[in-house]
Amino acid sequence: MSARASAAEPSRWRDAVIERVVRQTPRVVSVFLRASLGRHQAGQHVDVRLTAPDGYQAQRSYSIASAPGREPVELAIERLEDGEVSPYFHDVAQAGDAFEVRGPIGGHFVWRPEDGGPVLLVGGGSGVVPLMAIERHRAAAAPATEALLVYSARTRDELIFRDELLDRRKSDRAFTLVLTTTREPRRDGVDFDRRLDRALLREILAGWQPAPRHVYVCGANDFVEAVTGALVAEALDPRIIRAERYGGTT
Amino acid sequence: MATRGFTGRRPGTEAAQRLPPGQYQTHDFPVLSMGPTPSVDLASWRFTLSDGPRPLASWSWREFENLPRTHWRGDIHCVTKWTKFDTSWEGVGIDELFAAAGVAPPTGYLLAESYDGYDTNLPAADLVGGRGMIATRYDGAPLPAEHGGPARLLVPHLYFWKSAKWIKGLRFTARNEAGFWELRGYHLYGDPWREQRYTDDP
Repeated sequence: MSARASAAEPSRWRDAVIERVVRQTPRVVSVFLRASLGRHQAGQHVDVRLTAPDGYQAQRSYSIASAPGREPVELAIERLEDGEVSPYFHDVAQAGDAFEVRGPIGGHFVWRPEDGGPVLLVGGGSGVVPLMAIERHRAAAAPATEALLVYSARTRDELIFRDELLDRRKSDRAFTLVLTTTREPRRDGVDFDRRLDRALLREILAGWQPAPRHVYVCGANDFVEAVTGALVAEALDPRIIRAERYGGTT
Repeated sequence: MATRGFTGRRPGTEAAQRLPPGQYQTHDFPVLSMGPTPSVDLASWRFTLSDGPRPLASWSWREFENLPRTHWRGDIHCVTKWTKFDTSWEGVGIDELFAAAGVAPPTGYLLAESYDGYDTNLPAADLVGGRGMIATRYDGAPLPAEHGGPARLLVPHLYFWKSAKWIKGLRFTARNEAGFWELRGYHLYGDPWREQRYTDDP
């Protein structure tokens, strides 16, 4: 193995220093960090390891929100009720603090410019984070590739990256954004305010026109199960649909 | 290197002993998969043992349900870091499967293959001696589709990506051929107690 060892070797834990912590929504902060990680692919995640003074350690995985090659690396971390690690990032972490990271990790839920498009991204809640890395990468590295992001959140204030996405909607002709808020009326006629079910997905896809070549769905398990099931029922080839889920069944 | 201001929430003594390194206990049953949950029809379901391209034995769902049953209760460990204690499974043990087919493992390695195109590689030795089964029931009920139903592999001493959901067969291979996640950065063997998560882990 040592012959292949390189800066990109994912298995080594590396020091990460927080450059800044930015509140995105009431439940999500972005943590910008400096670490000697190898260049990631859009959609990948890192493992994070925190160490208590007595040596006790806790690990979690977080998706990367920033585009490949961009420094500092941005993680967007949702505060979980009863969480062990996410409250640290919300309540304690500040610029200059250090922890450990390992990665980048994951070779399936990724998009590369050479994969082409059209690209359909469907995110629920904090599931938008790896999709944001893909969209940012597409805009920077393959701006002619068409993409549709369908993004569901409970309320407008819980839309992570809302202002950046709304700016992109106005300025990027290859990028289509459809928001749906499930607990608040929509503000814009192109958006929706109901659950993302099969009928709504059909309506959105009909309005978009391009036939997706790659599909990425990320969110809570119930969301991903419903969306991927609906897309297959709408005759999309299951082999073009990549899924990433969190949570599960009781 | 301590992380300023991090204290953590330590598991109790018993839980700490049961948790492999880097894992935490979860009480729900998380779902992970590479894509959509496939819908697998029991009327056309088959489970096939193969030696490379050559079928050795094959069962319909009804035939499979008539094989001797086995039970297992214990802890499962996912590479995404959750561990679930005291899970309860029922299915057909791999020992019993080989006995029913009248075959011994023809090679030292195999690929577990699934209806959604997923596969994962295992040493044959890790499935025998009571260490592996094709599970069709979880917690006293038919295995839900999200968790791999109608049937999944259960190899609980390895990280759970090895316990392939929606399984359709075991294919013996001459060499240890990397499967889906093993080709995408994950460890060739995947022992949670040695924390073999990623390709470069020892």
